[in-house]
Amino acid sequence: MTTHTLRSKRRGSALRTAAFMSPWLIGFGVFFAYPMVSTVYFSFTKYDGFGAPSFNGLTNWTYVFTDYPMFWPSLLNTLWLVLVMVTCRVVFGLGTGLLITRIKTGTGLFRTFFYLPYLAPPVAATLAFVFLLNPGTGPVNSVLGDLGLPTPGWFNDASWSKPALTMLAVWGIGDLMVIFMAALLDVPTEQYEAAELDGASAWQRFRFVTLPNISPIVLFAVVTGVIQAMQYYTQPLVAGKVASGVIGGSGQQFEPGYPDKSTLTLPQLVYNLGFQRFDYGSACVVALVLFALAMAFTALLMRGRNNLIQAGD
Amino acid sequence: MTRLLDPPRPPAASSEAPSPALRTARRKAVLHWIAVHSLGVAAALFFVLPFVFVVLTSLMSDQQALTRDLTPNTWEWENYKRVFDTPGFLTWWRNTLLYAGVGTVLTVLSSVPVAYALAKFRFRGRRLSLMLVISMMMLPPQVVIIPMYLFWAKQMDLSGTLWPLIIPMAFGDAFSIFLLRQFLLTIPDEYLDAAKVDGCGELRTLIKVVLPMAKPGIAAIALFQFFAAWNDYFGPQIYASENPAAWTLSYGLESFKGAHHTDWNLTMAATVLVMAPVIAVFFFAQKAFVEGVTLTGVKG
Repeated sequence: MTTHTLRSKRRGSALRTAAFMSPWLIGFGVFFAYPMVSTVYFSFTKYDGFGAPSFNGLTNWTYVFTDYPMFWPSLLNTLWLVLVMVTCRVVFGLGTGLLITRIKTGTGLFRTFFYLPYLAPPVAATLAFVFLLNPGTGPVNSVLGDLGLPTPGWFNDASWSKPALTMLAVWGIGDLMVIFMAALLDVPTEQYEAAELDGASAWQRFRFVTLPNISPIVLFAVVTGVIQAMQYYTQPLVAGKVASGVIGGSGQQFEPGYPDKSTLTLPQLVYNLGFQRFDYGSACVVALVLFALAMAFTALLMRGRNNLIQAGD
Repeated sequence: MTRLLDPPRPPAASSEAPSPALRTARRKAVLHWIAVHSLGVAAALFFVLPFVFVVLTSLMSDQQALTRDLTPNTWEWENYKRVFDTPGFLTWWRNTLLYAGVGTVLTVLSSVPVAYALAKFRFRGRRLSLMLVISMMMLPPQVVIIPMYLFWAKQMDLSGTLWPLIIPMAFGDAFSIFLLRQFLLTIPDEYLDAAKVDGCGELRTLIKVVLPMAKPGIAAIALFQFFAAWNDYFGPQIYASENPAAWTLSYGLESFKGAHHTDWNLTMAATVLVMAPVIAVFFFAQKAFVEGVTLTGVKG
C-alpha cells in the first residue's frame, strides 16, 4: 500500500468528521466564539447601541465593582443561594430519593407526585408560589394564621424572599430525586448485608455504605446546583416583578431585586445594565464575571478522579 | 436494603403460634412500613398541595378569589373560557408551539450527527470539542446576550420576532449533543463495524443502524428541548418583549397577571393552562423523560 492511498484515506476521514461536526462548528463560531470576543471588547468601551463603541479603558470595570449599587448585593445573594438553596436541594433530593426506594406500596404514584413539580414551567411555578405565599389572602398564611403561627411577608419581605425562593426550588426537586434514586439502586446489596452482619445500625449503614457509594452523584448534584444558582434568573425576577405589582410587558420599567435588592442575581444585572440602562459596556463586565464563575465550576465538574462528566475516554 | 424493608406479610396460615422473635421482627416491619409511608404521604402533600390550591383558586368567583377561602363556593369553569378569550392568549399558544415545535425538530436534526461524531469517530480535537460542548452547555445565556442581541436586532433586523431563538437551534444545541453522545456511547461499536462490513458509509450506518437504536436518547433530547423552549422566559423577554404578537406563553403569563391585577382566579387558571400541556406530555412520554434525567447525572 502506498503512502498516497493512506494519506487520501486520512483526508477523507477528516472531511467526514468535519461534515458531521459542521452544524456545531458553525454554531460554536457564530453563537459562542464571536460573541465572547465581542463581549470582552465591549467591556472596555462606552457603547449604548447607537454610533460606534468608543474605547474607555477600565471605566466600566471600576464602575461595576465600586459604584454600581446592585453588584455586591447580587453576589451576596448568590452566595446565600449557594449555601442555603443548594444545600436544601441536595439534602431534600437525597431524602426523597431514599424515601422512594423504601416505599413499597404505590411506589409509582408516589414517584409521580414527587416528580411532577419539577416539570412546572418556571414562570407558572413562580406565579403559583407568589399566590400561595401572598401575605394577604394566600393559602399558606391563611393556614399559618389559623394555627396561630407567625405569617411572614414571604416575597414581599426582604428577609423572607430568598427562603420563599428556596421553598420553590425544593418543590421542584424531581430531577435530583430521579438521579439519586438511580444511584441508590446501584449500591451493591451485598455491602448492606455485610454491614448488617457486622451489626451496623441504620445510620451506620447510610454513613459507611450508602454515602461512599453515591458520593460522586452527591458531588455532581452540588456542583451543578452551584452553577444553577449562579444562573438563577427567571424565578427571582418574576417573583420580584409579580410581588411588587410592577408588571408591564413593554411599558413600566421594573428595577430588579424587589424587595430591597434581596432577589438580585448576576444575570439580572446583565439585563438591567444592558437593556434598561443601555450601558452595554458595563453589562459585558458583569457577563464576563458570570462567565468566569460558570467556567470555574464547570472545570470542577470535568476534573478530578471521579470525572463526573466523562470528557475523555 | 430492600430485604429489611419488606411490606408486612399476612399472618402465617399455619396454626402454630410464631416464635416471639419472629413476632417482634414482624411487628418491627409493620412499624417501619407505617413510618415510611406516613413520611411518603407527608412529602406527597408538600409536592401536590400547591397544584391543588392553584386549581381550586382558578375555579373561584372573582369576589371569592379576593378572600382567604381555600375552596370555591361555586365552581366557575367559565374562568378558563375567559382566559382563552383574553386578547393575545391564543397567539401566545401558537407562538409557543412554533418556537418549541420547530426548534425541537431543528435541534434534533442538527445535534444527531455531531453527537454521533463525538461518540464514535476518532479524530484529533475530539476531547477539546467535547469540553467546549460541555462549556457551552454550562454557559448562562446572559454571558453573550449583548453581542447576540446587537447581531439579531441591528444586523438581521429580527427583533420583535422569535427567529433569533429558533434559527440557532439549526446549529446544534450543546445540551442535546452532550446528552445524546452519552447515550450513543452505550451502543457497542460491533454494530457499526458490522454495518461497515456490509458496505454502509457513515451516513447510512447512522441512519440505518444507529438511529433506530438511539430512539430513547433522541426522544429524551426532543422532550428536553421542547420543555426548554416552552419554559424559556429570558429569550422572549430579550427578543420579543417589544412586540406582543410574538410573545410566548411563559412570557405572556407574567403580563397576564399585570393585566388582571387582583384576579387571582384568572391568573391561576392561566397558570394551569401553561402547566397542563407540559404535564400531559410527561404522562405520554414518562419513560423517555426519566431515562433522560438519569442520563444527565450518571457517568458515561
